Amino acid sequence: MSIIIASAAIRGAHKLAEQAEQILAKAIEEKGKECAVEYPNTAYYLPIIHSMTGRECQTLADLEDVMAQEIKPLLPPPVNEDIWIPYLGPALDAGMAALFAEEIIEACKYLIGPNPINDLWLGAADDVILRERGIQFVDGSAPGFAAIVGAAPDVKTAVEIALKCQERSLYVFMSGHTNGTTLSQQLVEGGVQLGWDTRLVPFGPDISAAIYALGFASRAALSFGGVQPGDFTRNLLYNKSRVFAFVMALGEVTDEWYATAAGAINYGFPVIADSDIPEILPTGVCTYEHVVSNIPHDQIVEKCIEVRGLKIKISEVPIPVAYSPAFEGERIKKDDMHVEFGGQKTTAFEWLIMKNTNEVEDGKIEVIGPDVETVKDGERLPLGIVIEIAGRKMQSDFEPVLERQIHTFLNEAQGIWHMGQRNIIWVRISKDAAKAGFTLQHFGSILHAMLHEHYSSIVDKVQVKIYTNEKDVVKLQEQALKAYELRDARLADMTDESVDTFYSCTLCQSFAPNHVCVITPERSGLCGAYSWLDGRAAYEITPSGPNQPISKGNPVDEKLGQWEKVNEFIKSNSQGAIAQMSAYSMIADPMTSCGCFECISALLPSTNGIMIVNREYPEMTPCGMKFSTLAGTVGGGNQVPGFVGHSKHYITSKKFISAEDGIKRIVWMPSALKEDVKDTLIERANELGLDGQAFFDMIADEKVATSEEEVVEYITKKNHPAATLEPMF
Amino acid sequence: MYPKKRSSEKAAQEMIDLMAEAGQENAWDRLDQQSPQCGFGKQGVCCRICTMGPCRISKKAPLGVCGADADTIVARNFLRAVACGVSAHSDHGRAVAEVFIAGAKGEAPDYGVKDPEKLHRIAKEFGVETKDKSDKEIALAVGEIALAEFGKSHGNQLMVKRAPKPRKQIWEKTGVTPRAIDREVVEAMHRSTMGVDQDYKSLLLHATRTALADGWGGAMLASDLQDIMFGSPTPGIGNINLGVLQKDQVNVIVHGHEPILSEMIVAASQDPELIKKAEEVGAKGINIAGICCTANELLSRHGVSIAGNFLCQELAIATGAVDMMAVDVQCVMQGLQKIAACYHTKLFTTADKAKIPGVEHIPIQEDCALKTAKELIVKAIDNFKNRGEVHIPDDKQAAVTGFTNESIKYMLGGKFRASYRPLNDNIMNGKIRGIAAIVGCSNPKVPMDYTHVELAKELIKNNVLVLTTGCASIACGKQALLNPKEALKLAGPGLREVCETVGIPPVLACGSCVDNSRLLVAASEIVAEGGLGEDLSELPLAGACLESISEKALAIGQYFVASGVMVVFAKELFPYLGSDNVTDYLLKDIEQEFGGHWALESDPAKAAQLMLAHIESKRDALGINEETERKLYTMEERRSLEL
Repeated sequence: MSIIIASAAIRGAHKLAEQAEQILAKAIEEKGKECAVEYPNTAYYLPIIHSMTGRECQTLADLEDVMAQEIKPLLPPPVNEDIWIPYLGPALDAGMAALFAEEIIEACKYLIGPNPINDLWLGAADDVILRERGIQFVDGSAPGFAAIVGAAPDVKTAVEIALKCQERSLYVFMSGHTNGTTLSQQLVEGGVQLGWDTRLVPFGPDISAAIYALGFASRAALSFGGVQPGDFTRNLLYNKSRVFAFVMALGEVTDEWYATAAGAINYGFPVIADSDIPEILPTGVCTYEHVVSNIPHDQIVEKCIEVRGLKIKISEVPIPVAYSPAFEGERIKKDDMHVEFGGQKTTAFEWLIMKNTNEVEDGKIEVIGPDVETVKDGERLPLGIVIEIAGRKMQSDFEPVLERQIHTFLNEAQGIWHMGQRNIIWVRISKDAAKAGFTLQHFGSILHAMLHEHYSSIVDKVQVKIYTNEKDVVKLQEQALKAYELRDARLADMTDESVDTFYSCTLCQSFAPNHVCVITPERSGLCGAYSWLDGRAAYEITPSGPNQPISKGNPVDEKLGQWEKVNEFIKSNSQGAIAQMSAYSMIADPMTSCGCFECISALLPSTNGIMIVNREYPEMTPCGMKFSTLAGTVGGGNQVPGFVGHSKHYITSKKFISAEDGIKRIVWMPSALKEDVKDTLIERANELGLDGQAFFDMIADEKVATSEEEVVEYITKKNHPAATLEPMF
Repeated sequence: MYPKKRSSEKAAQEMIDLMAEAGQENAWDRLDQQSPQCGFGKQGVCCRICTMGPCRISKKAPLGVCGADADTIVARNFLRAVACGVSAHSDHGRAVAEVFIAGAKGEAPDYGVKDPEKLHRIAKEFGVETKDKSDKEIALAVGEIALAEFGKSHGNQLMVKRAPKPRKQIWEKTGVTPRAIDREVVEAMHRSTMGVDQDYKSLLLHATRTALADGWGGAMLASDLQDIMFGSPTPGIGNINLGVLQKDQVNVIVHGHEPILSEMIVAASQDPELIKKAEEVGAKGINIAGICCTANELLSRHGVSIAGNFLCQELAIATGAVDMMAVDVQCVMQGLQKIAACYHTKLFTTADKAKIPGVEHIPIQEDCALKTAKELIVKAIDNFKNRGEVHIPDDKQAAVTGFTNESIKYMLGGKFRASYRPLNDNIMNGKIRGIAAIVGCSNPKVPMDYTHVELAKELIKNNVLVLTTGCASIACGKQALLNPKEALKLAGPGLREVCETVGIPPVLACGSCVDNSRLLVAASEIVAEGGLGEDLSELPLAGACLESISEKALAIGQYFVASGVMVVFAKELFPYLGSDNVTDYLLKDIEQEFGGHWALESDPAKAAQLMLAHIESKRDALGINEETERKLYTMEERRSLEL
C-alpha cells in the first residue's frame, strides 16, 4: 500500500526539516547569520536547492530563507488514513523538502561539525570531480549510479554487491547506516578500495549524505545539460532520461529514508529494497516501478538495473578476474603487488603495428619468456607488448590511436594496474589477481577481445606477442622507438594547411545541443580526448557517428581560421544557433564549448593578455572567477568573445589563438599547468624568436599574482611581450 | 408512491415517503400527473415554430404545413435545444466575466484575484502583457478579452487553441470552428426559424458549431475565470447527502449554478458577528450546504457540504430544517415555492434573470454582494426560531472532490514533476483501460442516482478511471464512490493499484456541469503528453449521461462528440429519434466527420459494455493492447529520449 510509504515519507520530511532547523539554529548561534556557507569548490552553491529553486545560498541567513520560503510551504500535512486526499504529489513534494533540509544539515556540518570529510568519508564532490566523472554519465562510460543507503547484512554480501556494481561500470554512492553499520565500512573491512577511482564513493554515514549523490545528478544537468538553475522540470527530466541512477535500500527503512527516497523518485530514480516494505509498482514518475522490495541480495543489483530500465553490456573477456571500467582507477600498492614491469626499473614498452592480413593470425597470443607464475611475490620483469593488427580499413595513422587504448584496456581488469604509454609504461599485477590465475597470456586475451569489441570496423585480425626476456625486449624496443619517431615526425608535419578535411565532434550534443567541436590537426578537441587522427579513426569506425568529416572549402578568413564549408557545417549542426566560428580566435566568433574543456582561456583586459586556467585548479583566478564559475559562463554551446575552452595540448599549438598573437598573450597560468606544458611552451616560444625560458618566467602564476592588478604589476616588471602587442579588441 | 422506484438511495427514499405521508407534492408526483407524456414530443417531431402549426409528423401527415419533413423538424429541435444549453452555460460565463472585470476595476470590492498564478497563465495564453503590471491590471485586460469572446465581430474562439492540432484541422475543414458565442446562438435561432435552413445535415453541423462555442468557449471561460476569481479547486474532503443538514444550526442552502452568489454566502457565513447572532437565537452555528452545481463549486473550493443534487431540492426543504434557501439560475424548480410555503423555509431568488412568482427577490449586485449575502444570512438566522418539526435523514458520505486539469497533474507528480505521464503510462500499460466521463443530471424518470452509480461501478470494476461532474458527481458521492477507502474496494485490480499509488478514489469529481470543459482541456493535455495518439478521438475515452434532463446536457454531449468522443445517453431521454436520417447521422455518420458519435442505451450495465468496447477498440487502434517487453535503454537510446 502506497499510503504507508506516503505517510512515512511525509513524516520523515517533517523530521528532517526539524533536524535542519535545529542544526541551522545552532550554526547561527555559533557563527552568526552572515557566516558564509558552501560546499567546497563548487559554482553550484547548495546544488539541489540551487537547481530546483535558482537560489544562490551563500550565508546561513540564506538557509533560513530556504527553510521558511521553500521547505515549510512544501511540507504537506500528515496523511489521514481514514479518508485521504491524493498523497503521491504531496509525498514527492515532501521528498524534495527533505532533500533541501538534508542539504542544509550537511552544509551546517561543514561549519560546526562533524565535518563531512573525515575518516573514510568524502563529503561533497567538488566541481573538478564533477567535470571529470560527470561526463562519464553523459558519454556512456558510466551507465549510471547506485545510491546505496544502509548496510548489507554482512561483509561478504557487501563486497559482492559492490563488485557486481563495478562489473557493470556503475558508480556506487554510499550514505546512511543500518543500526550503526555502513556499507562503506563493510567494504573497507572486506579489503575493497574505496574512492572515486574505483567508483565506490563513501559520501557519509548519515542518510542526509544521500544528497551528495542527488546533488551530483542535479549538477550534471546544470553543467552538461545546459539546464538553467530553477528550471526544475528540465533538471529532473534530464535525470530521468539521461542519468540512469537508482536507490538501493539495504536494511530497515526509516521515515527519513522514505522521505529521501521520495526525493530521489522526483529524479526518476526508483528505490529497490532488500527489506519487506510496501511496493509502488505503477509507472510514471520513474520509467518503470517506483518502489520494489524484498529482493534477495544475490539478485538485487540485477533487479535494480531492470527496474531502472538499463541495458548494460558486460564485457566478455576470458580472464580469471573481473573486468570493467570501474577498476580502471584501482591502485596496487607495493605490498599487494605480485609482479611489476617497467616504471624505470625494467625495460618495458608497448607497440601496436599494422601488418598485412596474411602476416596476422587472429587470436594468436604468445608469451615469450617467464610468465607470472614463475616469479615470486614482489619481483620485476621486463615487458614488451607487441600487437599486430590487420584490417581492410586499417591505416598506419590509426596505430597510435589504437595503441593509446592499451592503457585503458589493461587497466580495466581487476588487479591490473597500468600507467604511461610507449616505452615509459609501468604495469603491476596484484597478488590477488595472480592467485586467481591471471597470467601474461591474459594481457593478450584482453587486448584481443577489446580491440575487436571497440574497433571491429577497422580491425579484422589481432595477434599479441608478449616478451619478458631482457634481450628480446631491448632489441624490440629499438624498433619500437624508431616507429615512434617516425610517427612523431609525421604528426609534426601535419598542419591545418596540409589537410583539406577537419573532423567534427558532436558527441556532447546530447547535453549541449548547439555545440559543435571542430577538430583540426593543430587544434585537438577541447576535452583533450580527441585528436584529428582520433576523429578520422572514429569516423572510419562509425561512419554515422558523432565525428564527421568537414571539407574546409574556401577560406573566409585564414587568419581567424574561418572556412566556408566549416561555417556551413557549424550552422546546420548547431541548429542555426551559431553562424560562424573561428578556429584561431578567442575574440571573433570563438569556438563554442560543451563543458568538458580541460582549460579555459579568459581575457584579462588591463594586461592586454589572457589567463589560462585548468579544471584541476580550484582557487580564485585573476579574472575574478573560479574555474567552475568560468565554466558556467563558457560552456553550454554559446559563443562568448574573450573566453574559450580548449585542451591542454592546444596551448602549445602553433595555432593557439594565432589570430591574437598566440602564446605571447599568456600572462597567467596556475603553476601546475605551467609546469605541465613547460618544455613544449619554451620550445614554442623559441620558435617565435623569444627567449623561451625567459618568456616562461614572465608568465605569472598563483604564487606571484592572484588578482588582475597583481598580474599587471608582475608582467610590467618582467617586460612581458603582451604589453607591446596590438590591443586585443 | 414507490420510494424505491423513485430513488435508489436511502435518504431520498425516506424523504419521499415522508412527503407522501404529509400529502406534499414533488417532481415525481408531477411526472405521474403528466403521464403519459406526448409521443410526438418524445420523438422530436412536433414543431411549434410558426403559427401555421403546431405541426406533428406522423405516417398520415409526413410533412408540416410549410413542407418541412421529419428530418428538418427533428434537426431544428435538436439545434434549438443545443443553442439553449449553450446559452445557459455561456450566459453563466458572461456573468462571471462581467463580475471579473468589475472586480478588476474595483467596482466589485468583494471579488478579487485568488489564483494569481492562473491569472498569469491565462494572460499569457491571451497574449496579455504582464510585465510591470499589477494583478488587477492584468485581470482587467484578461476580463475584457474574455468578455469580447461572447460578442466579438471577427475571429474564432480563443480557447480553441487548446485543442490538439488534428482536431482543429477537422473543425476548420468542416467549417465548425466556433466564432463569437452570441453569434452562434443567434445564427442557430435564425437557421431554425420557419423557412430558413431546411437541410438536416446543415442544421446539425451548426448544432456542432454552436456546441463548440460552449465547450471550447463560454463554459471554458466560466471555469477559468471562476478559478482565478475564487481560487482553483484542489482535492479536499466534504460530506454529501441530506444528512449534512444540522438540527442545531442555522441551515442555509444555496442552489443553482453561479458561484457569484454562493461564494458570497460562504464568506458571509464566516462573519463572527453573524455567528454570534446565530448563537443568540439558540443555534450552534451557521451551516451552509449546496444543492446542484453550485454545491459542486463550493465543495471543491471550500469543502462546503452538499445536501444533494437536482431532485433533492424539494426533499431538502421537506426536512423542515432549512431556514433559508437562496437560488440563482438553472435547474431551480418552480415547485420550490410551493414546498417552501409548507414549511418555515425562506426562499429567495437572487438573479435578475431568474425570478419566481410568490418568491421574494433579493438581487445579488456586484458592488455590494457581500452585504446582500449577509442580509440573506440574517434572514436565515431570524427564521431559525420559526422551525417546526425537523426530520433530517442520517445519511451522508465523506467525499474527495476538487479534481481539475491542474490538480490532477499536481497529484500525479507533485510540484516538481506535475504531468499526465503517470496516467498515460498506466493507460498504455493497461492497468487503466481508459477514461470515462459520467456527467449530467438527475431525472425523475429513472430511480434517482441509479444509472450514474451503477454505470460508474461497472466501469471502475473494469479498470476504467471515471471522471464525473454535475449532479452525476453528487450521485456518486452519496453512494461513497468519491470516498477512496470505500470506492477502491469496487475497483478492478489495475485501476486500484494506480489509485492507491496516487491516493485517489477511482471516481474523480471534477466540478459542476460548466466544468465539463475542464475534461476537454485535460484530454488535450493527455494527448500532448504523448503515447496515446495525436487527437482526442484516438484516446480510449467515452462519455455518458444516462439521466439527462437539461438542454445543457445535450449541448455538452454534442461538444464532446464534436471533440471526438463517444457519448452515451439514455434512449428514452433523447427526444430526437423521429427521423431515421438524423438518427443515422448522430449515431453513425457523424463519426466519420468528427471521430466521436452518439450512442443510446438506458441500461447502465449495457451502457458500460458499450463504453468498454469503445475503449478497447481505441486501445487496439493505438496498438497498446499488444504485449510488449520491457525496454532496456542503451546509452544511444537514452540520448535519443526527448527532454
